[in-house]
Amino acid sequence: MTRVRDRLRGGLAVALLSAFLGACATQTGTVVLLPEKGGANTAVSVRQGDQEVVLDKPYAAAHPTTSGPRAYTSSPQEVEAQFGAALKAQPTRPASFTLYFVEGRDEFTDASKQILADVLSEIAKHPVPDIVVVGHTDTVGSDAVNDALALRRAETVRAMLVGRGLSSASIVTVGRGKRELLVPTPDNVAEPRNRRVEIVVR
Amino acid sequence: MRRRIEHPCRTLLAASALGVALSAGAADIGQIKVAKGQVAIERGGQALPGEVGARLQAADVLKTGADGSVGITMSDNSLLSAGPNSILVLDRYAFDPTTSQGQFDASLQKGSLAVISGRIAKQSPDAMKVRTPSSILGVRGTEFVVSADD
Repeated sequence: MTRVRDRLRGGLAVALLSAFLGACATQTGTVVLLPEKGGANTAVSVRQGDQEVVLDKPYAAAHPTTSGPRAYTSSPQEVEAQFGAALKAQPTRPASFTLYFVEGRDEFTDASKQILADVLSEIAKHPVPDIVVVGHTDTVGSDAVNDALALRRAETVRAMLVGRGLSSASIVTVGRGKRELLVPTPDNVAEPRNRRVEIVVR
Repeated sequence: MRRRIEHPCRTLLAASALGVALSAGAADIGQIKVAKGQVAIERGGQALPGEVGARLQAADVLKTGADGSVGITMSDNSLLSAGPNSILVLDRYAFDPTTSQGQFDASLQKGSLAVISGRIAKQSPDAMKVRTPSSILGVRGTEFVVSADD
């Protein structure tokens, strides 16, 4: 009789202990998915060993714990309280612009001359701007001709930016020729929308 | 006939020029854009000041003090910013700007981190990972925050 009681007592203790451990699984951090500005599909998976929680809605959250990730729903208030300083240090988002060129030349179209003003005001928002200028062409001509033209277009933009006081070292130029068409066309098609330079301001 | 011979040569020249450009730029993977309070970069055992404008390399460790925070922009347009008392390691970074293929592994050893993923994660889901001492985050996009307790 005593033995049975001992065994029962022992079993109870194990059950209590494991319930206690489960409830007190130590939390080792927080992960929260934030809302996406464009409303695009986004997700972050949180994996611990073979356990995984996928966060795919705004403020879907998880606490990694000593016994695997525990899902919950966070809030803007909690995120601000815990991550305010990190979010405040977020750099200005990179912005990109596209300028269009006159066929076969490294000269802007009139409409693109106005976009330049926007580029310059964006650059002013970045305390240490680094700028990537990527030149593209349409499919008229050989790769060699178009690569050279694409680079010349990018260099034209660089020279223009340097002329406005930007340091040449902060600007990288790349010529992509006809490899990355904005509007897909067969070879040897004059397509104004492919004659462009993309400027990324970071 | 002359043109046919000329073409491969030019292509080769252009390709080698591009190769040089890529390898010259390969060391710089990102830049500190925002820094407040105490911020340091640890590189190969040396502590460098984590100032605005400082260029970053793979394997760099960013540390912030009790009053510190730091924001960095990577060459794939990822934005990472860490709050006070944080240790962020840029374990591995590879990015091909032409194809957007790449890999980005970072770890937050402690502290808090806000992330906006860039072209690497957009091109191939799970090519970007953020580790904490207890978990691995697979980044399919785009904006999230993560903390790692001491």
